[in-house]
Amino acid sequence: MKIAITTSGSDVSAPLDSRFGRAPKFLIYDLDTGTFEVVDNRQNLNAAQGAGIQSAQNIARLNVKALVTGHCGPKAFRVLKAAGIKIFNCDATTVQEALDLYRSGKLREASDADVEGHWA
Amino acid sequence: MRIAIASGKGGTGKTTIAVNLARVFDGSVVLADCDVEEPNAHLFLKTSTPTYKIVGIPVPQVDESLCDGCGLCSKICQFSAIVTFGTAPLVFPEMCHGCGGCALVCPLKAITERERRIGVVETAQADRITLVTGRLDVGVALAPPLIRAVRSEFALMGDAILDAPPGTSCPVIAAVRDTDMVLLVTEPTPFGLNDLALAVDMIRELRLPFGVIVNRMGSGDDRVQYYCQRESIPIFLEIPDDRRIAEAYSRGILMVDALPEYRPLFENLWKIIRQRLK
Repeated sequence: MKIAITTSGSDVSAPLDSRFGRAPKFLIYDLDTGTFEVVDNRQNLNAAQGAGIQSAQNIARLNVKALVTGHCGPKAFRVLKAAGIKIFNCDATTVQEALDLYRSGKLREASDADVEGHWA
Repeated sequence: MRIAIASGKGGTGKTTIAVNLARVFDGSVVLADCDVEEPNAHLFLKTSTPTYKIVGIPVPQVDESLCDGCGLCSKICQFSAIVTFGTAPLVFPEMCHGCGGCALVCPLKAITERERRIGVVETAQADRITLVTGRLDVGVALAPPLIRAVRSEFALMGDAILDAPPGTSCPVIAAVRDTDMVLLVTEPTPFGLNDLALAVDMIRELRLPFGVIVNRMGSGDDRVQYYCQRESIPIFLEIPDDRRIAEAYSRGILMVDALPEYRPLFENLWKIIRQRLK
C-alpha cells in the first residue's frame, strides 16, 4: 500500500510540509517494499485557487491509499474522500517522523477538513 | 466612442478621471464602473434610485442516475470545478468559470446547467450621466463575467467611459478590450512608473490606442515623463498635486465642480481624445 506525505525535500529526512494543496512535493512511500518516489507538485504552488482539488487528483492517480500531511481544506477533503484516500493530520517535523507515527498507528484518521478553504 | 480608464497601480485616480471626464462631456454619456470588486464612482454622483439586475454564470449539475463515470467532464475542465474517479463527479461551483464545456462533452447528457449568482448590475441616472455599476458578491472571485454583464448593459447606448479595475489581469482585460482608447492613469513615483510600464505592455499586447495621465504632479519625480518620452507615449493630461482636490474628493465632490479652474483640463482632454480618434 502506498501513502503520500507532503514535503519540500526529496527524501525521508526532509521536513514535512504542513500544506497539502500547495505542498511543493509528495513523497510516495510504498509500505510493502519500503521504497519511495518523490513527485513534484509545484504546478499548484502558484494556482490562484483549486490547488487542493488538483493535488488530490494528482495523488489519486498514483494509487495512493492514505495521505499524511499538516492540514487539509474542505475541497481537497471532498476529493480525497471520493477517491478513497484516508487523511491523517500530523504535526511531525520530518517525513521520517510522520512515517513512524503512521506505522505505529498513532495518527487518527481525519473525519473532516481541519482548515478553512482560502476562498470559503 | 468607448474610452477606458485603467492603471497598473491602484489608487492613482482612475475614478477621479472617469467621473470628472463624464461630468464635462457635452452630451449624455454612460459611465461604467467596471471595478466590480469595489465600485466607487457612485460616491461622487447624486443618482436616481438604481435598478438592479442579478448576474449569474451557468454551473453544472449532474444527474447521477445517467452518469457512468467516464470522466470526460473532468478532463475538459481547466479549473478543477468538476472532478471524477470513475464515479459520479464532484462539482465545485465556486471554481466554475461557466464555460459550459462539461455539459457539452457529456455523451450521456447527464449534465445540465443551473445559474449561480455572482453579483448585480445597477443602473442609475445622474443628470446626463447613466451610471452602470457592477457589484460582485462578497466571496466571489469571478470578476470578468460580471464586467461583461456591465458592458452588455450599455452595449446599445452611445458614448461610454469605462472605469477599469487596477492591475493587468483578467478583469482589466475584460474592461478595456474592444474599447476605442485607453487612458492609463499613473502617479510620478517609482511604484507608479513600475506599474505603468506593466500596463503599457498589456495595452500594447491588445493593440489599443492609449495615452497617459499623470496625477498628483509634483509629489514625486519626473521618471514617468522620461519613460513616456523614451517610449514615445503621449501624456494627455497632468493634474497637479493640489490638496484642495483631495479635500473635495474626501467629501465626494467632483473636482470640476469644487474647483472650476480644473474644468478646462478635462474639456481639453476630450478634445485630445476626439482628435486622436479621427
